[in-house]
Amino acid sequence: MWSKCRWSTVMFSFLHRRSSVMSQTPPIVSVLPTRGLVDEKFKVLVENLPPGRPVTVRSLHHSDNGHYWEAFGFYTSDHRGTVNVSKDQSVGGTYTGKEPMGLLWSMCPVPGSHKGLRLRKLNMCSPMLVNISVHSGHEGFRDGAPLASVLVERWYMAPGVKRIDVQEKGLLGTLFLPPGPGPFPGILDLWGGGGGLVEYRSALLASHGFATMSLDYLSCGQPVFTYVETAFNFIKDHPQVIADRVGVVGLCLGSLPALYLAADSTVVKVVKQITSPLLLVSGCDDQNWPSFETAEDINQTMRAAGNDHLLSRLDYPDSGHLIEPPFSPHFRASTFVTTNKRKAMILWGGKTKPHSDAQEDSWRKILSFLQQHLCCSLNAKL
Amino acid sequence: AEQCCVSLSVNPSRGLMDEKFIILVQKALPGFQLTIHASYHCEDGNSWEAFAHYTADAGGTVNVSQDTSLGGTYSGVEAMGLLWSLRPVPGSKPGLRLRKKNVQTPMEVTISVYQGHQTEGFVDQVPLASVLVERWYMAPGVCRIPITEEGLTATLFVPAGNGPFPGLLDLWGGGGPLVEYRAALLASHGIASLALNYLTPKTTMETGKMVDNQYFEKAYKFLQQHPQICDSRIAMLGLSLGSAFTLKMAVYSQVMKLRCVVCIGGSHVQPVDGSVEQVLGYMEKNSEKTRFTENNEMIWRDLLLPIPTDPSFKVDVGRLKCPLMLVVSEDDQNWPAPESAKDMKEMMERAGNSHLLTVLSYPNAGHLIEPPYTPHVRISMFRTVVMALWGGQMVEHSRAQEDAWKKILIFLRENLYDSTKPGATTLSHL
Repeated sequence: MWSKCRWSTVMFSFLHRRSSVMSQTPPIVSVLPTRGLVDEKFKVLVENLPPGRPVTVRSLHHSDNGHYWEAFGFYTSDHRGTVNVSKDQSVGGTYTGKEPMGLLWSMCPVPGSHKGLRLRKLNMCSPMLVNISVHSGHEGFRDGAPLASVLVERWYMAPGVKRIDVQEKGLLGTLFLPPGPGPFPGILDLWGGGGGLVEYRSALLASHGFATMSLDYLSCGQPVFTYVETAFNFIKDHPQVIADRVGVVGLCLGSLPALYLAADSTVVKVVKQITSPLLLVSGCDDQNWPSFETAEDINQTMRAAGNDHLLSRLDYPDSGHLIEPPFSPHFRASTFVTTNKRKAMILWGGKTKPHSDAQEDSWRKILSFLQQHLCCSLNAKL
Repeated sequence: AEQCCVSLSVNPSRGLMDEKFIILVQKALPGFQLTIHASYHCEDGNSWEAFAHYTADAGGTVNVSQDTSLGGTYSGVEAMGLLWSLRPVPGSKPGLRLRKKNVQTPMEVTISVYQGHQTEGFVDQVPLASVLVERWYMAPGVCRIPITEEGLTATLFVPAGNGPFPGLLDLWGGGGPLVEYRAALLASHGIASLALNYLTPKTTMETGKMVDNQYFEKAYKFLQQHPQICDSRIAMLGLSLGSAFTLKMAVYSQVMKLRCVVCIGGSHVQPVDGSVEQVLGYMEKNSEKTRFTENNEMIWRDLLLPIPTDPSFKVDVGRLKCPLMLVVSEDDQNWPAPESAKDMKEMMERAGNSHLLTVLSYPNAGHLIEPPYTPHVRISMFRTVVMALWGGQMVEHSRAQEDAWKKILIFLRENLYDSTKPGATTLSHL
């Protein structure tokens, strides 16, 4: 159980005495919702400022692995003394323009941090805590204490979602079940070459009604395609999963087993054997995989084979490799530990604003695609 | 067998107790009849439920905020009806009241969709879909601090952030142990609030002696001296018996300089020089004026009536120097709040300070005006001994709670944050 009180003390090491500060009207910052899912938008409102006052609205997050991330936008209060981040223009900072969610997706490590950091939540059962504060002025905003602040929780798991460790049939995975009686459509969630068991996308998909399993398929020591098939069957056979409504989501290296399963696993990597609907999401500035070129190639192969009616594509100019759930920060490069345990800086590509727009757009379309193909059509019995 | 993939969502899935949510059912067949059901298991082991009947539109959707409930525990278009119309499940003890004791955990409500228009037997059926919704009294970052200094028994709730914040002294009524949820919710709205136990504090439990009026002043001084609270921006809020002491201190205390005062379901009638014990004794003396309903529920509104003309038995609100908001329920069967409010208004008009007075008056609302969306109870057990009649009708009472809370927050915000701008500061999410 994270300690909210401890957070307040750690983050703000000086308490203002009452009197002179409060003789002016203190501003009020509010965020709605204060507890949301990570893919939900929020509204940030600052009120009770003097009119026409330059202020900075800033977000601050202390990650699970101990780093600080921040984003900020420069605003000027209107004639009522209000700044509404959803409606007003930021004129500088880590994002500009009218950006309701800029305080999240434009986050970057605070000055003085290591290079090449990546923000990933490890513990699904606790929320990401983000402190949203308002400061006087623009360029020198760090010099003074915040005028007001509020704490926001961002969750990967909706209430009632269950997290279950899977360690049978030689599998190493985590299953997330939505709340309710089920049964649910199922998803096998495959991450990339970074290895380990990455749970956050599965947790989020379960929050959207899909029984989803993350799988660590790199450290299992077995042939990947057989292992992935076992995992797929495990989901299919689960009592709370609808057996004929199971899909696969793959990112980066994980796309290969995903494509293999889409081809009914009969032949390795033969795209013209694909018999299931397929959605390819590519960042056109992907510096890690030639994902755009691969998508073009798959498209041509499927057209020639006559199964391209199954294919949908989302291509995003100026987006990089790591197209993640929305509002999470973009990293153009980050450190990566290779299979022989060496540290390297990997270039993922992409520019922050187009990449963030791609994350938001693609997630909505991915959910829609999954719902369209995995959720039942109207039941004639009713 | 094919399952129906009706989808159910509630947004936000984690909200504050006074936030509205949107319940959406999708992917049903057009014209499909369904029941939306809410279920809540209290900390004390009792179960509450509410339900409503809907028909999916041509797109297979039901939107509770926009569509009409055709029946159930509420009808009509009611976004929050599934919460405020919660009632104990059949077979429950009579006289239950839904009050959260532990404010550090959320109220967890299960919202489900059932096929057809049903009125009972929900527990024996499998719903088509079901989600869990969390309702919180404490916003993230709000700190709960038990206070035992200076002989006080209280709980302080401090908003997230540095502060300094305005402060508030929160007094409940005579109904039982210290209740924290309103103070917690006020802190979630930026006001550092102290829920004060003045009837059963540690000193009283140990010595048998009730607190004196200095006890309230100690609580005020505690707030004043707190490093995260602004000493010149402190308010007081009382409900029921708590209003009596709120009014007394607001008018007569030399120590307390309140920024504003809110009294819910209360009266100014009391021996003005009296301590807590004497005020209670005054009511006890009049207890033969208690009336009973046909079910033997106690009506206490007559104990303080008629409003005395003797000035030593009513707080002289003509001397009040700060804004006062009175929240009055016209069907209050427990305290003579409407009559008292009328008398207070006349006193203030005669004294020339009635510009400080705001009266919110709600037809068909009962005594217990609480933060919104929690169920109305017309009667309940009082101190586990007797059944009290509070009054009010469910729909009007629930509307009164919602409206009063909004206006109380605006009133507190205007007076504590000192918005001198034209028009009230909008609380855009309320």
